[in-house]
This record gives sequence, structure tokens and C-alpha cells, in this order.
Amino acid sequence: MAERLDRPVLDVSSLPTVHFGTHSLTWWGIMGMMAIEGTVFVLMIASYFYLHSRSVEWPPHRNPPDLMWGTVNLALFLISAIPSEWYRRRARKGDLKAVQIGLVLVSLFGLAILGVRYLELLHLNTDWSIDAYGSAVWTLMGLHILHLVTDLVDTIVLTVLFFTSLVEGKRFMDAEENAAYWYFVVGFWIPIYLVIYWAPRWLHA
Amino acid sequence: MITTKVATETQLTEEELRKALQLERIWQEPRGFVGWFKAVHHTTIGMRYVVTAFIFFLLAGLLAGAMRLQLAFPEAHFLSNDKYNQFFTMHGSTMMFLFAVPMMFEALSVYLVPLMVGTRNIAFPRLNAYSYYLYVFGGIMFYVAFLCNTGADRGWFAYVPLSGPDYGVGKRADFWAQLITFTEVSALAVAVEIIVTVFRLRAPGMSLNRIPIFVWGQVIVAFMVIFALPGVVLSSTMLLLDRTCGTQFFNPSVGGDVLLYQHLFWWFGHPEVYLIFIPGTAVVSTIVTTFSRRHIFGYLVLVLSLVSTGFIAFGLWVHHMFATGIPQIAESYFTGASMMIAIPTGVQIFCWIATMATGKVVLRTPMWWAIGFFFVFVMGGLTGMFLASVPTDLQVHDTYFVVAHFHYVLIGGAVFPLFGAIFYWFPKVTGRMLSEPLGQLSFWLFFIGFNVTFFPMHLVGLRGMPRRVYTYEPGMGWTLLNQIESSGYILLFLSVSILLWNVYRSLRRGRIAGPNPWHAGTLEWATTSPPPHYNFLHLPTVNGREALWDAAPNQPVVVGLSEDSRQILTTRSLDAEPDGREELPSPSIWPFLAALATTAAFIGSIFTPWGITIGSVPVAITMIGWFWPKKQAADRRRAREIWQND
Repeated sequence: MAERLDRPVLDVSSLPTVHFGTHSLTWWGIMGMMAIEGTVFVLMIASYFYLHSRSVEWPPHRNPPDLMWGTVNLALFLISAIPSEWYRRRARKGDLKAVQIGLVLVSLFGLAILGVRYLELLHLNTDWSIDAYGSAVWTLMGLHILHLVTDLVDTIVLTVLFFTSLVEGKRFMDAEENAAYWYFVVGFWIPIYLVIYWAPRWLHA
Repeated sequence: MITTKVATETQLTEEELRKALQLERIWQEPRGFVGWFKAVHHTTIGMRYVVTAFIFFLLAGLLAGAMRLQLAFPEAHFLSNDKYNQFFTMHGSTMMFLFAVPMMFEALSVYLVPLMVGTRNIAFPRLNAYSYYLYVFGGIMFYVAFLCNTGADRGWFAYVPLSGPDYGVGKRADFWAQLITFTEVSALAVAVEIIVTVFRLRAPGMSLNRIPIFVWGQVIVAFMVIFALPGVVLSSTMLLLDRTCGTQFFNPSVGGDVLLYQHLFWWFGHPEVYLIFIPGTAVVSTIVTTFSRRHIFGYLVLVLSLVSTGFIAFGLWVHHMFATGIPQIAESYFTGASMMIAIPTGVQIFCWIATMATGKVVLRTPMWWAIGFFFVFVMGGLTGMFLASVPTDLQVHDTYFVVAHFHYVLIGGAVFPLFGAIFYWFPKVTGRMLSEPLGQLSFWLFFIGFNVTFFPMHLVGLRGMPRRVYTYEPGMGWTLLNQIESSGYILLFLSVSILLWNVYRSLRRGRIAGPNPWHAGTLEWATTSPPPHYNFLHLPTVNGREALWDAAPNQPVVVGLSEDSRQILTTRSLDAEPDGREELPSPSIWPFLAALATTAAFIGSIFTPWGITIGSVPVAITMIGWFWPKKQAADRRRAREIWQND
């Protein structure tokens, strides 16, 4: 018979299984994704200004993008943060009704923003294949659209899920993280908006 | 005090046997053909990474053999110039993107980090499976293209304008750019998993100052991957857009700039070199500790050296561009920054020397590889000092001197430690020991073969032989040196063949290893060899830097995790106090299907810009399938929920 030792134990059976913020693995995962995608945005913005530093005229031979639709979208993005923050806080309390309403509202905002984004593209006053300036503007816009669409699809899927019987604590944590990712999309629109719409005006002067 | 019975020998009590069976039932991998594609355990995926990356290493090594044969004689015609271009590009791209990073970072960290921090699986195990499939699909695509005479042929960094739409005709550069996309997505996914595993899943008691150096190295690399790879994401995407969508990023006639490509590429490319050798130095620290029979000398200094290497790595990319005519002030800055890297590296070497000098050194094969690493790596570092200086760099730029330098740092910094790691962890992974005499033979053949192959490249480079030429004329004074180099390849070939034979033979007839054949101190040696799918029968707690050496006789074990689901313990990021319980996802076919859909989208976009647009629909569908919860599991979890108290 093997020798036995009495070992003290560390009993973890009373620890929580539903966590929010830094206590959940998902929060860390989402932060990692944001760090990666944020670096892509930053390097793309740097590339825009690098190309500018190599040009005499900016934008070359054309008008900067029209301000109107980009600004409308900036306003929509910022307003959408209100229902988003509301359902994020209610998710921590397990408030099903509030999360359902909040997710529906943010999905609607996302769809509206996507519609306005189409109008934005019609008023960029350049094409991606004309010159490097156009390529940079369209790529920056494209990168942001990619994130907008990804988060919109995520939000819609989560909204549907919240109207099924599959809701559990973990899903409230997903709801909170979904809001966090939305802030990332909103937050990066501010510098990208300034670069696409205002940088050509300021640099031109 | 509440206590539990724990076996101190391999024999288990009835209670433990019951627990082991139950854990095995919950954590086992699915069986059968379809089951293979559903696996999610980090040891399964880690092994696949190791084997796949090693196959790519062998393929790239064979390509090198063909190149050495071609260069062994002046004006040889074994390979045409076009074939030679493809061979050296495939060799370099495979070694960097399909071997070095996937092996040193993904394979080693996915297999070892969860074991070393004392948890049952990696964080985000399905993402881990997805990352592996993407990696292997990218590699297969790259080699299928090569077999169809569409192998990449513009060098491993594919500079524009040579790879751009005007000069890079056909689809060769597009396949290269998409290979980058595949491998970068897989490395980025693993980086996030490793960071979360290290900061959230450590065994209770493993505070930041007790994390094994190997784990420190891998988590620093994970951070570097996150901030470096976006550079190549952009440069290869811009290249592909210029080639397939008509954008003008690199077309100087309409405001584009080819140096933008180089800046973005080397923003990634230089840290890339360090994220290949930091795991190597982390392996060496581990081996030196175990075989010097003492705690590592200067733990804190070693960790800070690794961290500062990670930071400095981002401040010296322009030293690859000294020959492009950048301003002198920038050249001076990047020279200084490049030389600064010698400081943390030197500090590490002195710590290892101090550890060995004050310890009781046991000279087994892993230790020999570590010692070989010292010699070769220091040598590569010295020529690195030469190259960091602008006047020298301008003289030897694009000559074989550079080829010699980076093979000394990369083979020295990665392959030597990797072979040491294979000898060191083979017993853990397979349960059997590799043969010691065959191991020594491999080592000496490799060490001598390596120097015979690569040392003369310094000289032939100083004599003016440019890299990437498919042949040379007889009167150049390069012939003899090239022939020496080519003969060295034979020794390298023999060494790797003996290693493979050693692995094959030991898998069948090797001595049974037992849990801890080297009497090492880190947690992966606390479990059986090979580890079960639940990793540890009793989840450990930690009392010091070398968990097994420093354990108290009555070191507590963790109890209270649910036994009928894949529940793991999460701990706080700084001091690893128990924080919560989290259920990891079960095996699933969806990551494989998502990887298939992603592959279709990536390959499609080589041929049409719509590839990504249309291809994203199946990607989204498979990802939703992946995320969508199962009713039974959701009900079970809901019934037992304990909410975090804000």
C-alpha cells in the first residue's frame, strides 16, 4: 500500500460562476482583440499621414469628403452610447427586460448607422483606384465598416438569443462585453472621422 | 483543518481512481474520424502544432539542400533562375511563417503554458483549434501553389515594386500575401489565449514573481505578437489590394510610396525575429535551471531583460532600411537602438553563466543544446553589432554576410533551444526517454555542421557574393567557400535524420520516463507522462518559483470544482488568489468548419475582390454556430449559478 499524506485543501466550491468585467475570461479576450484591432487602426492612420508627408497637395486635385453624412454618423454613434450604457449596467443586475430593450435599440442604431455609412461612401469625393490618397481614405473607411458590421451582426445574434430560453448568467456577461466592443467601434470612429473629414481641410490650409 | 488523502506514489486510492475516471469521462477528446476534427484540448492541439511545424521545418530544410547543391558549383544548372527564386522564397517564408513562429511560440506555448501554470486547459480552447486549422490550411495552400509552379518568388519580405502589380505578374505574390494572412490570424489568436491563460488561470499561489521564466517569455511574446503583427496585416493587405483591387498605395506616380511597405513590414519584421528567439532563451533558462540543480540566478533581472527586449524590439525596425536613403539622424538613432539590444541579452547570458557556475551542472543532451546555443547565439549577436553600424551595413548589405548573421541568430536562437526542448520535454509528452548517445551524436553533428555551413558565409559575403543569386562565375573566389558550406549541409542533414530516427525508435522502445525524469521544478512535471486530458488529478497550489522544489510537505490541493462539467478555477492576475469558477467549452466541429469557411474566403480573395465579401457570409454562419449555446448545458449552468458580488 502506498504511503498516504493528509493534504490540506483549498475549497473553491463557493466561488462565483457568473462574473463581470476583469473577473471574466471574456473581458480579457475582448481586450486582446481590441488591442490588435486598435493597433491596425493606429498603423493605418499613421500610413495616411506618411502618404501625406510624401505629397505636395492633399487631397490631390479634388475636394475633401463632404462633411454632412460623416457628422450625422458621429452624432448617431455618440447617442447610441446611451442605450448601450444603460443595458450594460442593467446586465450586471440580471435585468432581462432592460437587456432585451437595450439590445434591440442598439441593433436599430447599428442599422441606421450602416445606412448613413452608405451615404457617406457616396460623398467621399474620391475613388480608391485614383491615387494613394483615395486608397488610404477607402481603406480606413473599409476597416471601420468591417468592425461596424461585425459588431452589428454580433449584437443582432445576441438580441435573438436573449428572446430564447437559453438565457443564463453567462449571457448577461456576453451582453456587457458586447457593449464594451460597441464602445470600441464608437471610440475609434472619432479619430477616423477627424482624419477622413477634417485632416484634408486642416492640412490644405 | 479540512484535509484530503493524496497519493505520494503512482498507486492511487479507490477514491482517487473514481475521481480520475470521472475527470477522464468529462475531459476526454472525442474519438473516431469526425472526433479528430472536434478536439479542443491544448495537449492535442499543441502536439499537432509541433508535428506540423516540424514537417514544414523539414520541407524548408530540403529546399535549402537543393539550393546548396545548386551553389556547390559555379554556373550550375541544377535549378533554373526562376526555380531558384521560388526555392529561396519558399525556404525563407516557410522557415519564418510556417516553422519558427508556429513552433517557438504557438506549439511550445499551447502545449506547455497551461501545464506550467497548473490548469486543465488553455483559455478559449475552440479558438485554439480554429487557429491550428487556419495555420495548417495556409501552409497547404502555399505548398500546393508551389507545386503548381506558382510558388512565391520575391523573397520572404516580398518588397514592392518587385512584388507589386507591375513587376510581380501571375499569382505568386498573392499566394505569399495570403499565407501571411493565414499565419497572422493563427498567431494572434494564440497570443490572446496565452495572455488570458497566464493572467487568469494560474494555480493559486503562483503570484507574478513566481511565474516560471518559460511562461514569462511566452507571455511577453504574446504581447509582442499583438502589437507587431498588425504591421504585416496592413502591408500584406495593401499589397493584395494593389494587386487585385487597383489601389495605389505603392505606386509613386500617383502619390504612393514603396517605402511605406518596408516601414510597415519591418514594424512587424524586426519584433518577429525577437518573438522567435525570446521563447528560445526562455527554453534555455528552463534547461539551465533544471540541469544546474538550483533556482535560476537573477530571476527578476532575467524577467526584466525579456520585457525590455520586448519593448526595444519596436524601436529598431529601420536598421533593415539603412540602404534606402533615409535621413542620417534617423540612421544614428536606429543604430543606437539596435546596439542597445545587446544589454538585456548580455544580462541574460551572464545570469545563465552565474547559474551554472554556482550550481551542480548535469551534462545531459538538453544541456548540450543549451551550451551550443550560447556559442552560436553570441556569435550571431556580435555580427549583429557590425550590422547595426551604418557604414558596415552599407558595405555588406544584401551579401552573404547578412545571410550568415541571421542564420547564426535564428538557428542559434531558435533551433538549438528547440532541439534542447525536444530532448527535455519528449519524456513528458510521450512518457518515454530519447536515447542519450544518439542525442549527443545529433548535437555534435549539428553543431559542427552548422558552423561548417554558415561560418564561411561571412567570408564569402565579405568577398562580395550577393544573396539571392542562383549562380556565380568560376573566377570570383567564391567556389571553395561555397563547397565547404554545401558539405556542411550533409552533416546537418545527418544530424536531423538521426534525431528523427531517435524519436521513432524511442516512441517504441525508449525507457519509461515516469512523471519527473529530470527532477525538474515546474508544474508540468507534477502530473503523469503523458499528461491526462484533465492535466492534473489534484489541482496544485504553488509555494515558490520552482513549484515542485519549493512545495511544502503538506502543500494544499484545490477541491470544490464541479466534477460533471469542464469547470476550471480562475485566479486574480497579480497574486493568483482564487477568484471564480468558469466552464470551458466542450469539443465541437464548428471551429473546423469556421476555419474551412475562412480558408475559402482567403483563397477566394486571391482571385477576386469579392472573395472576402461573399466569403464572409459562411464565415459568419459558422461562427454563429460556434457561439450558439446548447440548451442542456445552459439549463445545468443556470441551476447552479452563483453571481459575482459587486
